[in-house]
Amino acid sequence: MDFTLDKKHEMARDLFKQFAETEVKPLAQETDETEQFPAETVKKMAKYGFLGIPVPKEYGGQGCDPLTYVMCVEELSKVCATTGVIVSAHTSLCIDPILTYGTEEQKQKYVAPLAKGEKLGAFALTEPGAGTDAQGAQTKAVLDGDEWVLNGSKCFITNGKVADVYIVIAITSITEDKRGRKKKNFSAFIVEKGAPGFSFGTKEKKMGIRGSSTYELIFEDCRIPKDALLGPEGKGFPIAMHTLDGGRIGIAAQALGIAEGALDRCIAYTKERKQFGRAIAAQQNTQFKLADMAARVEAAQLLVYKAAMAKATQKVYSVEAAKAKLFAAETAMAVTTEVVQLFGGYGYIREYDVERMMRDAKITEIYEGTSEVQRMVISGALLK
Amino acid sequence: MGLEEYKGVYIYAQQVDNKLSSIAFELIGKAKELANDLGTEVTAVLLGSNVKGLADELGEYGADKVIVVDNPVLETYRTEPYAQALTAVINEYKPEIMLVGATAIGRDLGPTVSARVATGLTADCTKLEIGDFPLQAVPGKEDEQKHNQLLMTRPAFGGNTIATIACPDNRPQMATVRPGVMQKLPKEAGRKAEVIEFNPALEENNRYVEILNVVKAVGNVENIMDAKVLVSGGRGVGSKENFKLLEDLAEVMGGMVSCSRAVVENGWLAQDYQVGQTGKTVRPQIYFAIGISGAIQHVAGMEESDLIIAINKDEDAPIFDVADYGLVGDLNKIVPQLTAALKAEMGK
Amino acid sequence: MNIVVCIKQVPDTKGGVKFNPDGTLDRAAMLAIMNPDDKAGLEAALRIKDETGAKVTVLTMGLPKADAVLREAMAMGADDAVLVTDRVLGGADTWATSTTIAGALRNLDYDLIITGRQAIDGDTAQVGPQIAEHLGLPVISYAEEIKVEGDSVVVKRQYEDRYHELKAKMPCLITALSELNEPRYMTPGGIFEACDKEVTVWGRADLKDVDDSNLGLKGSPTKIAKASDKVPKGAGEKVNLDPTESVNYLIGKFKEKHII
Repeated sequence: MDFTLDKKHEMARDLFKQFAETEVKPLAQETDETEQFPAETVKKMAKYGFLGIPVPKEYGGQGCDPLTYVMCVEELSKVCATTGVIVSAHTSLCIDPILTYGTEEQKQKYVAPLAKGEKLGAFALTEPGAGTDAQGAQTKAVLDGDEWVLNGSKCFITNGKVADVYIVIAITSITEDKRGRKKKNFSAFIVEKGAPGFSFGTKEKKMGIRGSSTYELIFEDCRIPKDALLGPEGKGFPIAMHTLDGGRIGIAAQALGIAEGALDRCIAYTKERKQFGRAIAAQQNTQFKLADMAARVEAAQLLVYKAAMAKATQKVYSVEAAKAKLFAAETAMAVTTEVVQLFGGYGYIREYDVERMMRDAKITEIYEGTSEVQRMVISGALLK
Repeated sequence: MGLEEYKGVYIYAQQVDNKLSSIAFELIGKAKELANDLGTEVTAVLLGSNVKGLADELGEYGADKVIVVDNPVLETYRTEPYAQALTAVINEYKPEIMLVGATAIGRDLGPTVSARVATGLTADCTKLEIGDFPLQAVPGKEDEQKHNQLLMTRPAFGGNTIATIACPDNRPQMATVRPGVMQKLPKEAGRKAEVIEFNPALEENNRYVEILNVVKAVGNVENIMDAKVLVSGGRGVGSKENFKLLEDLAEVMGGMVSCSRAVVENGWLAQDYQVGQTGKTVRPQIYFAIGISGAIQHVAGMEESDLIIAINKDEDAPIFDVADYGLVGDLNKIVPQLTAALKAEMGK
Repeated sequence: MNIVVCIKQVPDTKGGVKFNPDGTLDRAAMLAIMNPDDKAGLEAALRIKDETGAKVTVLTMGLPKADAVLREAMAMGADDAVLVTDRVLGGADTWATSTTIAGALRNLDYDLIITGRQAIDGDTAQVGPQIAEHLGLPVISYAEEIKVEGDSVVVKRQYEDRYHELKAKMPCLITALSELNEPRYMTPGGIFEACDKEVTVWGRADLKDVDDSNLGLKGSPTKIAKASDKVPKGAGEKVNLDPTESVNYLIGKFKEKHII
């Protein structure tokens, strides 16, 4: 077992770090403050291939592996969690299911422009009445001649209004089992922006990741072609779950980045900040806290990287992804909270990034499966 | 041919638009010192078209001889004909030392010519002296130590290091010299240099480039390198508008405003006013560093100033390590009061 | 069209600087980056490649670890890379360095050679023009704009108070200023490809038409007599008073020194 990165991944990390520091960090505070989607940054990321990192070259991607992609989200999130989630949702939740389940035609049509960043992707599963419990969903798709007709709405959709291509999960049939219990059968669809009957609801005002475009999607007799169906009809639920396994690795990387970013700032700050005549880093209380945080952050990194490697080599990686996301998200929350505490009054002020990081951290415990869902996945595998 | 056949200290007298550059006089000033130590003379090499008239001025600033290569091909600086001309001078007159200004011209001409005459060149020197190489004789090899060598000292690594370099086995010993560092001699009206006209054949070859256009920068008449007093501001000044405080002080002191790199990056002042590694090297009699932290790159450009006064609210700012007088405090309060006090004192 | 860009791995001068006992730089001990002027030169070459499909080769002389900047250059888009490395080339001054690089370049096809104006470790600006001298090429240094026009290049050449627009017939050599452009980043896919590519490694024996007497420390006409870290000028007096007292203190000093 070797825990050192090879040359490729080391260079890739340097690239992401440099890009994040130069292009993303200077805008992070403003992005949060104004709740503006960082469109210019996304354009730059597109130019350098950041929007298609784990995508094979024949589909316009960079031909790198999931670990490289994870390091990208990690480094971006160190300075701006909003930018991290844009890449994560686009790559894991939109490109990945098309690559995995799409027909050759769908891959040619959608993946190349997405991977090149000419188009941006999103994923729509959650509904007002269906978060963790996907069976509560209401959005339906009915085949009418050569077209599917969608009705319903999706909420809390990342890249909601800025995306061009959406993976939408909708009910295509309801069946009854032997005991008469109704079961909704879902299918996955590729919906393009501008489809008739597809519109946007309200923009969500959020606690954190405030620059990310989080919208409600509304489908009112939205008509899409028959071949917009992704994967087999009725397989939408496993497609969504498998997609979320990948997505969780991306969010775990985002959480990891937030924790690392906060720790980095904390180390710098505690060395500089003087209280009682000496740097607070000279106080044992600070030192022990820094040590605990550093150990925890590295543990999170190992879990996240392991999950990325699992995605590269295994067909199923739900448990690895769940462990990584659970631990990294809770690490992000714990570390940012502690860092704000160590910053004292300055930690509570917006001018210092750690306040934003603490707000950003919280979402990682919630979206793409709450921490409770991750525990269900992990324990389910333990007890099966 | 022996190295001893090379004699005299030569300087390249840079002219642009048939006007001598300040560096030419600075080089004569330094060359004079070196020539005294060596018991030899200072020769200025003047290349251009219709430039003979400039020879007198070189004499007034201390040149003993002026070699003039006057050729229409040399009207505007181009590497190849200038390199041919200077190479011809070196081959014909065999100087022991050849100094060139480390200007945008000199840093092109110097390396080309040094390679052509197959000698060493030390770039951007800030100190030149005559001495021994090695500095200390190797015990048992005392007779191998060479005397009367040109020792060329220069900063490297962004000002982090200083190296002293010699060129013991090749002649001429060549250096480019950073403008603004060496002192010119007082002008001695009527002092004459011996003028030697030299007309080497300049051959138009494949290495000639064509000048399509010459575009001169407009404005920017004053040069901070010529100011006796510089009132220099850094990031701490806070805004473009706040530079008014510094302008007022500069006016009272009869000086100019200059700045650190951060100020240029913020767009508060043009790059022409920037002091430091990536800006200009200045050596005024008085240098005020106001709201400048004193990064090594800045210090490299101003530490030779005769008197340095730093005003900064951060008492740990590195600028205080090079300042003769350091005032810890708020520049917004100190600078206007200082201006007022100086005005009052000078009005007495 | 073939473009060769000469690049150098340099210590990041923001970090500390270290020397070997013989006064030469201990490059191994310092963080290494691609020299900024060279990177601008590479970007200029890559832009020409984007427009014309030119082939871009990067060449460096240095320790084996200089491989890293060649990989970086390929990850940005360069096609090929050559590393010139040999013990006997160590300790070279600009004369010996330019002799070595010219010896390597004689093995390559080139229409245009681009070097950085100067490296941030040596700050000499000499190697570019000296390579041109050894190869007998026209040189345009201090380029702040480069355009290819047919078999010529048109360059905006910077001076202190002006620029010249110059035209040179290829083959020629240009030295690039970092103001020339904003170099692109690598791409992740470019990194993966660059790491899988072969870098051509040349030693002394591969240099064409060069004499041993012009190489390495021995072949360097300039010799380091002394090298040291910079000793800062001693600090003077520092006072921390209220503004009025500060001003009075300074006025007092000015009077002592007869400045006023």
